[in-house]
Amino acid sequence: MACYLTTGKQMLFYWSFGTVLLLLAITAPVALIFGFGGAVAARSHILPLRWFGKGYTAMVRGVPDIAFFLFFVIALDQGLEWIRHKVKCPDWDQPIRQGSDFIVCAQAKLPLGNSPQIWHEIYNFSLAIFTFGIVFGAFAANVIYGAMRAVPRPQLETAEAYGMSHRQTFWRILVPQMWVYALPGLSNLWMILIKATPLLFLLGVEDIVYWARELGGTANPRFTDYPHGDWRLWYFLALLVFYLGMTRISEIYLGKLTARLTRGQATMGGEAMRRAGA
Amino acid sequence: MSCLQTIGDYGLRSLGIGERLLPRSDFTLCQHFTLIGSGMIWNIYFGVLALLAGFFLATALAMGKNATNPWVRKPAEWFIFVFRGSPLFIQFFLAYFLFLSLKQQIPALSPLTSAALGALIVLFLNTAAYSGEIFYGALRSVPRGDLEAADAYGLSGWNKFRRVVWPTMLRLAWPAYTNEAIFLFHATTLVFFSGFPAWQQRGDALYYANYFADKTFNPFIPYPIVAFYFILLTLTVIGVFGAINRRLNRHLPQDQRARMRMRPLLR
Repeated sequence: MACYLTTGKQMLFYWSFGTVLLLLAITAPVALIFGFGGAVAARSHILPLRWFGKGYTAMVRGVPDIAFFLFFVIALDQGLEWIRHKVKCPDWDQPIRQGSDFIVCAQAKLPLGNSPQIWHEIYNFSLAIFTFGIVFGAFAANVIYGAMRAVPRPQLETAEAYGMSHRQTFWRILVPQMWVYALPGLSNLWMILIKATPLLFLLGVEDIVYWARELGGTANPRFTDYPHGDWRLWYFLALLVFYLGMTRISEIYLGKLTARLTRGQATMGGEAMRRAGA
Repeated sequence: MSCLQTIGDYGLRSLGIGERLLPRSDFTLCQHFTLIGSGMIWNIYFGVLALLAGFFLATALAMGKNATNPWVRKPAEWFIFVFRGSPLFIQFFLAYFLFLSLKQQIPALSPLTSAALGALIVLFLNTAAYSGEIFYGALRSVPRGDLEAADAYGLSGWNKFRRVVWPTMLRLAWPAYTNEAIFLFHATTLVFFSGFPAWQQRGDALYYANYFADKTFNPFIPYPIVAFYFILLTLTVIGVFGAINRRLNRHLPQDQRARMRMRPLLR
């Protein structure tokens, strides 16, 4: 048993946990940047930019996120190939969409047809990260936009009274103060992000769900690759425990972070802390 | 082939009524709209039934989590933690394989492995856990004055719960619960992408959209159609829940009524 659980394929399964953690580590800052950009755009004085920002923040409200996941992966792939096609093969005269096919010239393929397997995997994974970034950026934009509006108005008026410019008020007063209001929403978002990672499987990345199905299953009932019956139940139980653990750990750390950021703030939480300390 | 004929052929395709073969080539816009719309039947089926059944379990869970007796409180807390702390996607897979092995032991349980029943059970338990947490939060913030007033009127036990605690809890929880309902409908799109098989290609809206996108390799038509249907569904949910919210708040002055606010709540 112990010997079986350390075979090469099992090792791939363990590595895929690393894939999930890597996705989390990259997606979270990407989504935060997108979200910040979206929120700033939604507050902009320039009308088209504001429309764009509002549209971006509103898009996740009505439509299921996995529809976006399925959509963006193909759309981004085709968009990139189309741009490369335009640049690299300007004298190509056939249409790109021929019936049910999407045809670009060989030099425009991404990744190139002759590149090694690892590049295909990296390309798929980057597409997945970008897709996650866009969708979770929209959620984060909602949260940050709300947080910016929650910063007390007098704080900004004081800054103006001191003669700060619009830009200075934004970067020195609004942004530092907004985080404490954004934190509950952002921690909720982090939990959601953790729980969205199994969707990587749908985007064609060989993640933990893929390997759990692969290793737990029996390819053929009689001649199985693996010395066991249908173990998928147990593999998925292990995944469930993994996610519950991640959730619990996040809860503990986010609680500590909230306590740190609340200290000294003019909010109800800050007031309660001050009283408890005094 | 006219559009009306397409609607006749494929309008109820997701239930297995009408043309058996899905269109294979020369897809028209009408076929996209009809088939994806037909798939929406499943999304509405899962969402409505899970919400209705989940509502009652959620109330029980909220009461359980609020109980002083640890034999009642602990199971409720664990139930809510397990279903809120793990991805719905994994829950679907786990439930499917669980039902599969149950089926081998007891053949009478085989309907559980179908999406129509098995996935519904998972969604029901899942929404009960999420709503249970919302109701618990609302239960904790029922104003003390309301409870004292109930005591002063001589209400106790079941009467106090039914006439004071429960309506107030619902009123406080309703904006968050609306949100939960919206995202439950969104979560129903996961059913046919997890372990549960779409028998005879009877799938939900996203299943058909994915079918079209795979066949035409053009995501720009089917997915916006799904988005269109879901925005309609979301607006309907907001309308219905808003009407209930107005009724729950009807005794309050205008400015004290709970406002609806969107908060992402994926699973």
